[in-house]
Amino acid sequence: MLNILVKRLLWGIPVLWLVLTLTFFLLRAAPGGPFDQERELTSEMTQLIEQKYNLNLSLTQQYGQYLKATVSGDLGPSFQYVDYSVNELIGLGLPVSLKLGFYALLLALLLGVILGVVAALYANKWPDLVAMITAVIGISTPNFVIAPMLIIWLAVSWQWLPVGGWSGGGWSYLVMPVVTLSLPYIAAIARLVRGSLMEILNQPFIRTARAKGLSQTSILFKHALRPALLPVVSYLGPAAVGLMTGSVVIEQIFGIPGLGRYFVQGALNRDYTLVLGVVLVIGGMMLLFNLLVDLLYRWIDPRIDLELDKKTGASR
Amino acid sequence: MKLKVGLMLLVVIVSVVLLGPLFAKLDPETIHWDDMAVAPDTSYWLGTDVMGRDLYIRTLQGGQISLMVGLLATSVSVLIGVLYGMLSGFFGGRVDVIMMRLVDVFYALPFLFLVILLMVFFGQQLWLLFAAIGCYLWLDMARIVRGQTLMLKEQAFIEASFALGQNNKNILLKHILPNLKSVVIVYATLIIPQVIMIESFLSFLGLGVQEPMTSWGSLVNEGANNMELAPWSLWFPALFLSLTLVGFNLVGDGLRDRWDPSMKQS
Amino acid sequence: MNKADQQPLLRLQDLSVEFNTMHSQVKAVQQLSFDVNMGQTIGLVGESGSGKSVTALSILGLIPEPPGRISGGRIEFEGNDLLSMSEKQLQKIRGNDISMVFQEPMTSLNPVFRVGFQIAEVLRLHKKLSKKQAWKRTVELMDWVGIPEPLRRSRSYPHELSGGQKQRVMIAMAIACEPKLLICDEPTTALDVTIQKQVLELLQRLQKDAGMSMLFITHDLGVIADLADEVVVMYRSKKVEQAATTEIFNNAQHPYSKGLLACRPKLNDNPKRLLTVADFMSAAGEELTPATEQFEPQLKTDKPSADVLLTVNKLKTYFPIKSGFFGRIKSHVKAVDDVSFKVHKGETLGLVGESGCGKTTLGRTILRLQKADSGSVVYDGVDVFAQSSQAMRKLRSRMQIIFQDPYASLNPRMTIGQTIMEPLNIHRSQDSKQQRWERVVELIKQVDLNPDQLNRYPHEFSGGQRQRISIARALAVEPEFIVCDESVSALDVSVQAQVLNLLLDLQEQHNLTYIFISHDLSVINFIADRVGVMKEGKIVELNTAKEIYRNPQHAYTRNLLDAIPKCVPKIIS
Repeated sequence: MLNILVKRLLWGIPVLWLVLTLTFFLLRAAPGGPFDQERELTSEMTQLIEQKYNLNLSLTQQYGQYLKATVSGDLGPSFQYVDYSVNELIGLGLPVSLKLGFYALLLALLLGVILGVVAALYANKWPDLVAMITAVIGISTPNFVIAPMLIIWLAVSWQWLPVGGWSGGGWSYLVMPVVTLSLPYIAAIARLVRGSLMEILNQPFIRTARAKGLSQTSILFKHALRPALLPVVSYLGPAAVGLMTGSVVIEQIFGIPGLGRYFVQGALNRDYTLVLGVVLVIGGMMLLFNLLVDLLYRWIDPRIDLELDKKTGASR
Repeated sequence: MKLKVGLMLLVVIVSVVLLGPLFAKLDPETIHWDDMAVAPDTSYWLGTDVMGRDLYIRTLQGGQISLMVGLLATSVSVLIGVLYGMLSGFFGGRVDVIMMRLVDVFYALPFLFLVILLMVFFGQQLWLLFAAIGCYLWLDMARIVRGQTLMLKEQAFIEASFALGQNNKNILLKHILPNLKSVVIVYATLIIPQVIMIESFLSFLGLGVQEPMTSWGSLVNEGANNMELAPWSLWFPALFLSLTLVGFNLVGDGLRDRWDPSMKQS
Repeated sequence: MNKADQQPLLRLQDLSVEFNTMHSQVKAVQQLSFDVNMGQTIGLVGESGSGKSVTALSILGLIPEPPGRISGGRIEFEGNDLLSMSEKQLQKIRGNDISMVFQEPMTSLNPVFRVGFQIAEVLRLHKKLSKKQAWKRTVELMDWVGIPEPLRRSRSYPHELSGGQKQRVMIAMAIACEPKLLICDEPTTALDVTIQKQVLELLQRLQKDAGMSMLFITHDLGVIADLADEVVVMYRSKKVEQAATTEIFNNAQHPYSKGLLACRPKLNDNPKRLLTVADFMSAAGEELTPATEQFEPQLKTDKPSADVLLTVNKLKTYFPIKSGFFGRIKSHVKAVDDVSFKVHKGETLGLVGESGCGKTTLGRTILRLQKADSGSVVYDGVDVFAQSSQAMRKLRSRMQIIFQDPYASLNPRMTIGQTIMEPLNIHRSQDSKQQRWERVVELIKQVDLNPDQLNRYPHEFSGGQRQRISIARALAVEPEFIVCDESVSALDVSVQAQVLNLLLDLQEQHNLTYIFISHDLSVINFIADRVGVMKEGKIVELNTAKEIYRNPQHAYTRNLLDAIPKCVPKIIS
């Protein structure tokens, strides 16, 4: 077990390196530079700035320097936010994005599972129909459509909630972004749970449970739900990635100072170090989260051997 | 049922998007200086935006772009995914291990972030959009096709064909590909809405289709920016976009239920 | 005690069950009546689809509704009608007074719970034992049903146990609350013969010890011969005969029962052809008298004088067990481990062994469908492993294979005409399309199917018909040698007999040589001239069929022979 854990973590290193390298050269290949928008600079000032950010070195030298600094944990100074280092900016943005993502995932799981179970139990009756129509609409409506609608109603017309902002993440600032962010995942999880629960309920071992004399509720919650949640667990990986990208838009719309906003702003302003830093953190989080999901999967399903699982990944 | 509703929706939307412009009296780029942010009426069927452009024709043209991106990028990802997955699964062994490790690496990349970067820096080219989205979405297809191929390969009828002296090419073409057909169609139908979603997501961020061209995503973006002044400029593109996605999702689901009951989980 | 004035434990009265699908209504059980008395074992026999499993499920109220529906009749348990009970009342009876063992031990246990937990669950539910008491009792029960190291095994998950052990767990679960009636639905069908024997003995012992009644459902009369007091024979959803077991075996009345008894290959006599149900009963259900010539015993000629067709020399096929991140090879499964033998022209060599013994891998390795690690296969003077892939494709027209699963061995997207045409397209491309098609028609007639059906797809055919199509495909290129890999194992006994007869006829007509792989010794005894017994990748004994059965040398062979149900009916004392 520990063996596998260590191996998986080691596996992450080349992946992160690849991400970093790709992003680094993509950034440098892009037209425009970080100081294009500044007032015209004297050549002296330009030189000073270039020295500060190592821009006077050759590209490979810059790359080497950056890698070295990154390994030692220093992501460098931000180009845009002059007084801040990238480490500091990420330290500010990451908790905000994590909080948003955590609540959204929690809501998605909670509501998704409940809706899915209800739909499966009333399969092809009206509660199922309502749940599934809602789910299809939920999946099909982009969050950047839902967000403005919510703002119009809840914030502008009825003035129940603030239009945007963060203010340290009070609940009134959280409601709209969390709901918007989680909506498509509620729908997706509901559909997954419905499908797998209906399949599990037809399995021979459920018949065995009935033949034992167990009650319907105990069959459903004890024997059926746990195996039925397996696909949900393996969906958590992609869902988390989706939440991360989704929060780029959400943070933009609601003016939330999270990583996603830094990323878009940074890219537009050619803030090389900031973009690299954010990509690195997000890449690392994806790896970490997928590892956690795999461990969770193993915990729920005793049949899965992590290594075996990797090989047959698609076939399950 | 799902299939029928979905197909009907799509037929209606596609015919409106393709045929609708024939009935338009106005040009999408002409700015009507006197009629900015006009609510829908008899001359502007869906109203005008804050710049005074006719929303009816703009919504339909945006739709053409969105659908085209959807179809083209899907074709790219299906082509790569099917080929990659089929070869990986069929040859198996070491080839498979290496090819799947590569897919794992791709999966671990924050791909959409790279696509965003790509579009930020080289945003003007439409082909890049197809390629980027196509390259991002082939992974799922490759995995599914590989899994199916592995399963098919173990089936006795493939082995029987091999035992009859059939060559690899014909086994792939006559036995494996026809049996992959339904799975591929189902998942292709489910990729299209994803593509449209990503395109509109990028356009919403101002990174996708560029002016004067437009797509549903960028129309929604404009609409959202001006929703207090001209809410209809948000509603109509949003409605079209959502209905199209509903349509594709319904068709994909319906086909999956019909052809592929075993794949419901993935 | 007089049986007549004793109330039966279970009484089925005119039970009818229907299944309604969108397109049709299927009558699964029609007006079925029988009693199970205290301490009695009733065998319920019939082939797949005869309604026997549906009957069992109806008793416990486990028919999935919809599409199923009990459309009439009564099921009385100790005088109370089970059909009119509420779900709550039924839950008190299930697993407590009546319990059930199912056919598929692989899927009948919940994969995410420890087996001990699953047994203890029944005890806690019905006997209200504490967690600790229940677990203690569970370990005792597991010991009782013969699971080694019960304490450790109780903490295993189902996938960590073998098929036989899983079925023992199912049995332990079923008898945990000392039920009055145990329903066994084909409990040994998925198991190897030696395991089957152990499980049957276990059930017999438990029944004696606990004094339960038993309803034993099976398609195989042999299995219940010395278990059941009475046998109920079902055919197409109806009861056709009910009698004491000895009566059924010695003096069956209904033609279907006669056919069912006759079509099962036996060890002690060797007919030239197997009788099938169709020999006793016409399609319309009228009784026929089988032609007497079929009763003539087969004269097994020893054919060592004929030319050698196939020589297998020191063949080894190992499967690596990989582990670790980079897939290092940890160890090997020796599927075929240093096997040598010869096959003569025109003979049938039977390969017999239990699941996992490597017999299937051996067959596939001989045909180079699986890569060998070392050794050689020489076919008619040609070294098979030394051929280029081009030459190998040519050679394949001379050696063919017929697989076990009739469902998986035909491409579902090809019509059967296309399927049979495929080998001709490969090897007879010089013929015109017309000629090839005529050959397809000829082939389909040879396997007793109608040429009108050539443009249909596989799903429109039954298992036996599909196996005939596979045979036609294998014959298309006129091979001299065919490997039959468990080719009749998935079929009902009566269909199995028909396919075996067909294989024998074809062998005679075309002078074919077979390697016939099977786990079923009686089938092997019927069809093979010589028999190789396989265990753990090795052939432990190879001899003429006669010698193997009369005078087995190896202990394992004796074990296998001993495990075959003897078809000697139970003597009621």
